Amino acid sequence: MALLEVDDLSVSYATSSGEVVAVDHVDLHVEPNEFVGVVGESGCGKSTLLFGIAQLLSSPARITGGSVRFKGRDLVSLSSRELRAQRWRDFSVVMQSAMNALNPVKSIGAQFIDAVKAHEQMPKARIRERSAEMLRLVGIDPVHLKSYPHQLSGGMRQRAMIAMALLFTPDLVIMDEPTSALDVVAQRSLMAQISELQDALGFAVVFVTHDMSLVSHYSDRLVVMYAGQTVEVGDTRDVFDSPQHPYSQGLLDAFPSIRGPKTTLTGIPGAPPDLALPPPGCRFAPRCPMVMDKCHTIEPELYRAGSALARCLLYDGEAK
Amino acid sequence: MSIVTSQVDAGTAAAGLTTRRRGLGFIRILLSNGKATVGAVLLLIFCFVAAFPGVFTDDDPRADAYDRSMGLSSHHLLGTTAYGQDLWAQVIYGTRQSLVIAAVAGALATAISVIVGVAAGYLAGVADNVLSLLIDVFLVIPTFPLIIVIAAYKKSSLTVLIAVLVLTGWSYGARQMRVQTMSLRNRDFLQAARARGERRLYVIVVEVLPTMTSLIVAQFLGAALYSVLAAAGLQFIGLGDPNALSWGTILYFAENNEALQTNQYAWAVAPGVCIALLGAAFALLNYAFDEVSNPALRPVRRRGRRGVAGS
Amino acid sequence: MTSTPATDAAGAAAPADSAPLLRTEGLTRHFRIGGLGRRHLLHAVDDANFAIGRQEIVALAGESGSGKSTIARLLAGVHPPTSGEIYYKGRPVSRMRSRKEVLAYRGAMPMVFQDPFSSLNPAFRVSHGVLRALKLHRTDLDAAGRRAEARRVFEAVGLTPAETVLDRFPYELSGGQRQRVGFAQAIAYRPDLIIADEPVSMLDVSIRVGLLNLMSRLRETEGVSVLYITHDLASARYVADRLMIMYAGYIVESGPSEDVLAEPKHPYTQLLLSAVPDPRAPLSEQATADRGEPPRVVDPTPGCRFRFRCPLAEAVCETVTPALNPVAPDHVAACHVTAPAGR
Repeated sequence: MALLEVDDLSVSYATSSGEVVAVDHVDLHVEPNEFVGVVGESGCGKSTLLFGIAQLLSSPARITGGSVRFKGRDLVSLSSRELRAQRWRDFSVVMQSAMNALNPVKSIGAQFIDAVKAHEQMPKARIRERSAEMLRLVGIDPVHLKSYPHQLSGGMRQRAMIAMALLFTPDLVIMDEPTSALDVVAQRSLMAQISELQDALGFAVVFVTHDMSLVSHYSDRLVVMYAGQTVEVGDTRDVFDSPQHPYSQGLLDAFPSIRGPKTTLTGIPGAPPDLALPPPGCRFAPRCPMVMDKCHTIEPELYRAGSALARCLLYDGEAK
Repeated sequence: MSIVTSQVDAGTAAAGLTTRRRGLGFIRILLSNGKATVGAVLLLIFCFVAAFPGVFTDDDPRADAYDRSMGLSSHHLLGTTAYGQDLWAQVIYGTRQSLVIAAVAGALATAISVIVGVAAGYLAGVADNVLSLLIDVFLVIPTFPLIIVIAAYKKSSLTVLIAVLVLTGWSYGARQMRVQTMSLRNRDFLQAARARGERRLYVIVVEVLPTMTSLIVAQFLGAALYSVLAAAGLQFIGLGDPNALSWGTILYFAENNEALQTNQYAWAVAPGVCIALLGAAFALLNYAFDEVSNPALRPVRRRGRRGVAGS
Repeated sequence: MTSTPATDAAGAAAPADSAPLLRTEGLTRHFRIGGLGRRHLLHAVDDANFAIGRQEIVALAGESGSGKSTIARLLAGVHPPTSGEIYYKGRPVSRMRSRKEVLAYRGAMPMVFQDPFSSLNPAFRVSHGVLRALKLHRTDLDAAGRRAEARRVFEAVGLTPAETVLDRFPYELSGGQRQRVGFAQAIAYRPDLIIADEPVSMLDVSIRVGLLNLMSRLRETEGVSVLYITHDLASARYVADRLMIMYAGYIVESGPSEDVLAEPKHPYTQLLLSAVPDPRAPLSEQATADRGEPPRVVDPTPGCRFRFRCPLAEAVCETVTPALNPVAPDHVAACHVTAPAGR
């Protein structure tokens, strides 16, 4: 049994122009200690998926189908009290911008105390000790327990967030673009830190990002999302070396390389579909360089494509 | 680097379908929000009554031609006053002045608050310091003592009443305008306008104000509401012109004749209810504009670190 | 301070018959900050010397706090420089007094902004900015002429059919389309140089390339130069002829983009390069070890500002601020160790 089993999850928003399906029948399985990258551009549903998994959706968004089994228990069906018992101890969440997630008027130490007390009775001294330990683990001098968020640099704030997320050494940490507010050197450093922590403490990571190359060295598996659906799932190296879905190919090709020969790139023309009115058939068909006639009428499933899964009729096993 | 991602991932696409176009949009706003529709209907009714009082009553409100203090009847829907005037006619004809006070004082106060507030917010520096001081001074001036002082020197009249309402009512809105302008000040499209070489007045009037129309309308509604209630209060304690015909003056006479104590309930309650309804109309309308200017209902955009100064 | 071609970031000497399009000399900008007394000085840009020629795309790369956005604003006239001078076609900008001259300068050097959501006034149609720009700067055109020109620039940036798009409101366009409107507004001035301040950072990856290609195309079709400000070295390599690296307010390396990226001399450039995620290359140790702490630009002491993070730092780095010295033809770097003077 996998650590996290998301099966057929769907999340919808009620908007004034109708129901918008932001996450459409998504499956995601995460094994213990695995690093899974969820990659996609704006509007693909990756953040909504994350919020759906962590049971953090707020109206008008709601889960309309599927299940989220964490260690065998379906999180969707838990009461909020039962959920609270699991939160932070078994799984925790790191948000995109620490400045938005940290309380600006409380010291870091005070926030750690809040986080611990919300889930366990622990004497203050023990909490301080644990907080200092966690800060050291992420490379911050424990003297900063007395500092306020604005006194730390962006990189340090993100590390403090990660330290907070690891207070109870959970089995799963869900991260929503934790590095995107940082400069490239700080990003690289944070990614390496996360990897080290994973080795030291042993936890699984679900890492949501728009930047494929960022996770390329750290993730075991990659899930590519487009228009609310998963379009490719596979081992990271396989997806990078030979992407099966035309969108993954297009996405990889859209990154200018820093080394190697200079070629003219084209990106992917067009824009993602309006999820209130998704196009019939394959959602990527309007922009796909390899589109066939049947792509406009048949909705593709996830088919086996080499060692990966791809939501593309090129792999449906039928004659063209 | 942060990408413009909306939390309601699909919301950005959907939101484009619901955002209003100017003009036509106002009607749509009013209709979409139940509270606002009620408010709009109420206000329309009052406007109609103020414009065509003759439709609603045949009696002359000032003629004390009837028996005094009569109860409710089919001839006198609200009975008569202690002076023998038909109360229903009084209330109907009083609508006009109450509405005029609300509209005029509201509009003038809003105009001043927009001019001062936006100028303070946009010009910044010394101009902002001076104007902010001005705003703060007017904010703390108490209404009643002010009008008592003025009444001691000038005969009370409609003009004086409106002047006092405007003087005491503009400063609150000015603060809001200033803050909103300050938050807009460094938006790129304003910088682009300056870089184009547009003159400052042009930028303020043509580029800044149109983006604040909802806020300005909300200000007007708030100022009108304040004017209705404050005017009624001032007239009630006798500081309005007693010869004027307005709901507040009706209350004044009702109080003078101890209407409530002598069981002439309609005399006190009727104008009071009207004042409350008109105030409610403005307040309800305000809900609609709250929604439009409320950022919580817009798709959440996450900004990257480029919001940090100095780089 | 005189700047000979060998000691500034201009690269090759300017052709004898004409001054470069844009040249800066000792450009400096400090901000007073800190509470009531405003006692501290933030050195946003210090002693920037560079030149931009005709029809060339120059990338200015650096992280937060490097000063690159401040340079953009200095060139666009948003702030006056604390010291130093900007020369536009040989004429010093600070001497421009008349509104006409200043307007002409601003029109020659328009800016394209980073945020597609705040660069267009939401209350007006997207044609508004272009039409106003034409009204103020192209007095030779009448109303019909302005409309035709607006159509032309929209088509030049790939927004077709132009007539339809011109009547849209900003909320109806995608981020990429809005950025194209930004470029259309810029070329409406018939400028010499477009200052593009991180124009693609807030766009989706698959859209960025289209805008980068647009910048290259505009160089050919409109004959315009571009100062491309970015934090992304890969996109700088893709689109720029020359590359300048900034750190803590100083330009620390400059030269043709291929040369700078193939043989980076300044330790910061090397660090940046190794930190860029490239799925095809193995991880570098240096980048992983460096935390990416922001540089100290408030009341800084003399000496190299990179010394706190530099693996090559020596005693001289503590006291003497390095100057830009040549390391190869056209390629300069400011480092005592890798680019000592007098080589």
